[in-house]
Amino acid sequence: MHAAASRRRPPVTERAPVRGIDAGLAPLLARLRMPGGLAGLAGLLAALVVVFGAAVPDFASGGTLQSVMFQMPELGLLSLAMLLPLISGGLNLAIIATANQAALLMAWLMRSWTPAGASGGTVALVIVAAMLAGLLLCVVIGLLTGALVAYTGVHPILVTLGTRSLLDGVSIFLTRGTIISGLPHQYAAVGNAVVLGVPVPFLVLIAAALACGLLLRRTAFGVAVFMVGSNIEATRYSAIDVRRVLVGVYLASSVLCFVAACLMLARFNSASAEYAQSYLLITILAAVLGGVDPFGGFGTVWGLMLALAILQVLASGSNLLGMSDYLKLAIWGLVLIGVMAAQTLAQRMKRRGP
Amino acid sequence: MPERLRRSHEAWLLAVILVLGAVLAAIAPGFLTPGNFVDLIETYSVQGILALGLFVVLVSGGIDISFAATASVAQYLAAWLAARLHMPGIVCIPAGLLAGVALGAINATLIHFVRVTSIIATIATMSVYFALLMYFTGGKLISDLPDWWTDRIVFVQWQNAEGDLVRITLPIVMLVVAALFTWLMMTRSTAGRQLYAMGGNPESARRVGVAIGRLHYLAYGFLGFMAALGGIIQAHRVGESVPNAMYGSELTVLSAAVLGGASLSGGVGSVPGVLLGIVLLAILQNGLNLLGVSPYFFQIVIGLVILISTSFTMLATRGRHARRRVAAPAAGD
Repeated sequence: MHAAASRRRPPVTERAPVRGIDAGLAPLLARLRMPGGLAGLAGLLAALVVVFGAAVPDFASGGTLQSVMFQMPELGLLSLAMLLPLISGGLNLAIIATANQAALLMAWLMRSWTPAGASGGTVALVIVAAMLAGLLLCVVIGLLTGALVAYTGVHPILVTLGTRSLLDGVSIFLTRGTIISGLPHQYAAVGNAVVLGVPVPFLVLIAAALACGLLLRRTAFGVAVFMVGSNIEATRYSAIDVRRVLVGVYLASSVLCFVAACLMLARFNSASAEYAQSYLLITILAAVLGGVDPFGGFGTVWGLMLALAILQVLASGSNLLGMSDYLKLAIWGLVLIGVMAAQTLAQRMKRRGP
Repeated sequence: MPERLRRSHEAWLLAVILVLGAVLAAIAPGFLTPGNFVDLIETYSVQGILALGLFVVLVSGGIDISFAATASVAQYLAAWLAARLHMPGIVCIPAGLLAGVALGAINATLIHFVRVTSIIATIATMSVYFALLMYFTGGKLISDLPDWWTDRIVFVQWQNAEGDLVRITLPIVMLVVAALFTWLMMTRSTAGRQLYAMGGNPESARRVGVAIGRLHYLAYGFLGFMAALGGIIQAHRVGESVPNAMYGSELTVLSAAVLGGASLSGGVGSVPGVLLGIVLLAILQNGLNLLGVSPYFFQIVIGLVILISTSFTMLATRGRHARRRVAAPAAGD
């Protein structure tokens, strides 16, 4: 019935009703910011830094901070790309496939368009053109994914599993599983530059996080994303075009993957369909640790950023301790399970209390 | 009856398979021989067994992508017992199966008691199971499996007109047994009916007195069992145990189950549908091979199959509901 009703309903202007809901939701959203939760995460971060600083001799140095600031951005952008669908009650399992395909396209274009002995201006033009092509690819992927989720009603898990397989398949088919390298060195030079002691990728991450925070908190679209995540039926009956919101969510997620792809290209100086596959678990882990409800409707960008910092400190610490990659992967999984168990326990205690 | 047939998912699937089979038979002469067909089924027997287990979880309204890791752990444990401790098969195989059930039970605990969404819980356990397996084994393969495990067991064999030997081997028989058992459990037992009820609407199922917790353990434990069985048979087929051999087969298995009509929202799907889904995938891959298309292309096909089949099923269901809704008031007048 609702499907038929929404089809018959005349297009409504989104602004007026959403502003009304925004006022009603304000107290709820204020509570969501959870000063307690964020303080807990910040405390955990500080404690970890102190423990690792005391236990690992090389840990407390400017070098560690720099390496954290270089490694965090890709993961941070991919986590932001996961955050939006999670808040809307879905999931995007294709983020890494999307980022890799965009990186492959950009690397291939940069390599094949740059003439030998080109001047700086030509190279810059080629880089910008390649990046525009990558952005266009991600926009198309995002629109297609969003349209499939919104208009067929198939669960996002299945849609994004399908798009992931499709994207990875196309990437591997076209590259035969090889790595594309040989980018103009100017690209990596800008991508790895340091401005006032802060690496450029880290600045990009901060800008993206701010943009996401503003999008979620200060726009009608953002409020609609939270509403879709907590109750999609109620949102539909509140005269919000749920389908357009869902398309927007997957579009934004895909565009964030494009930004991640740009950073990955700069750091690895090459592209491949196989890069960063283990990040999928970590992006979900970061979101859940940062207080995002896996069922949708709740979550903050700041929680996510704090969780990322914690994970990065853990990763740097365990690297310095010389742990194997598999042991680390197991620890990530166990941490994810532990955090979710703790959250469930905390909720039950709260319900039993006064 | 024709109306019912037209709406049945399995009938559509069968029609697609027949059309595709006819096209392939016309293009590739080697396709329509009993030998090729039996080979195909044997190649896909392990995936078929896994898909049957996953199908039960999908019916219950959940999803599990840790089964390939579970299969690897169970296979490696049994192989280690057999090759390093020289245990007899009567110990190794039950130990492997039990390990599978135990890992499935861990998933069920996380999903039922810790209340984690099934996809996130199983992404986490997949990483933990697989990473711990790789950490403790160092990725070393066990190639000296005992003969009782790797010896080919042939139940029936005959020679066809071209002189090829056609063999019905253990993996095929196990697939048939697993399919029969799953079909009986899902359609002829109370637990099976309750699984469909829970997948359709967990809250109403709970209110009519279905023990949701027990069913979670049944569904994920059953998948763990099937995964372990698939793992042991995979080692039987290839004659060795490689820790990461099964890893990465999740998508093929999932697409077979989804092709067979199982939906992530739960409550629908049938065993014949899953079997037809496996057959369709097998024919697709075999056909692409015979046509000389790069094996890299197969992943694209899997992605398209998932997207197209789920979208069509969903849109068809929605259309049917809309029609019924229009028809209902007319009948009331």
